[in-house]
Amino acid sequence: MTPADFAFYVFAILVVAAGLFTVVARHPVHSVLWLILAFLSSAGLFVLMGAEFVAMLLVIVYVGAVAVLFLFVVMMLDVDFASLKAEMAKFVPIALLIGVVILMQLGIVFGVWEASDLAAVNVAASREAFGGASNTQAIGQLVYDEYLLLFQLSGLILLVAMIGAIVLTLRHRTDVKRQDVVQQIMRDPKKTMEMRDVKSGQGLG
Amino acid sequence: MIGLEHYLTVAAALFVIGIFGLFLNRKNVIIILMSIELILLAVNINLVAFSTHMGDLVGQVFTLFVLTVAAAEAAIGLAILVCFFRNRGTIAVEDVNMMKG
Repeated sequence: MTPADFAFYVFAILVVAAGLFTVVARHPVHSVLWLILAFLSSAGLFVLMGAEFVAMLLVIVYVGAVAVLFLFVVMMLDVDFASLKAEMAKFVPIALLIGVVILMQLGIVFGVWEASDLAAVNVAASREAFGGASNTQAIGQLVYDEYLLLFQLSGLILLVAMIGAIVLTLRHRTDVKRQDVVQQIMRDPKKTMEMRDVKSGQGLG
Repeated sequence: MIGLEHYLTVAAALFVIGIFGLFLNRKNVIIILMSIELILLAVNINLVAFSTHMGDLVGQVFTLFVLTVAAAEAAIGLAILVCFFRNRGTIAVEDVNMMKG
């Protein structure tokens, strides 16, 4: 067993175990932490496959952004998670049934799976076409050349998602006092203050 | 020697775990969103495995786009969740009936 094989089995077991603990963990914070472990170990699998760029992207985007977003939301919402978990046992049989059925279907697919002869011919962007370029360089050339439109559109999707998330969560609270700087600056002293000549012993009658 | 089938097996196991999680946590929207992330991760493993096995880089480019859409979906989903929690004070799925659909 070579070190690469050993690393594969370690990462594979970690991915599957972390995925399983993500869905059965008692507390959502633990679920998020298991999810982070699953992402990190699948990044390890990607490195083993030779897709370094996607692996690093997974670490940055998923672990750095999405998982932290989940963590923030889980900690921000004051939900009684125990009551949500209490009825979990009720769903175990149906979940197991559907899981096993899909697993068997995938097993049937694996049993008769074989690659077409045309598969090798239909390669759209072979690694040899980029010469000695590294994985990141080759993907960069592909993305900025052939798939430029899709790349720009995915940027647009992220922009729409960002604006949508901000619009959905933004709220103007009416029960707090706010400082209105413009109103303060534009205030006219003549309208707000009046000088009176008060006579001694009489006051303002 | 580790071949394509090994990676496909891991991806299939992860996919089934994701679907298992969807049905197991029918009440908790946060875990459901995480299960969807697991399913998308399994799809990404499949794409990258085929891509590296065939020597075709387009699969990895497609993984990039799946990753983008998954990130956008998580952001919007969590924003809707926060918005819903502010209005109703709960995230239980069966209470999501404001639109009477």
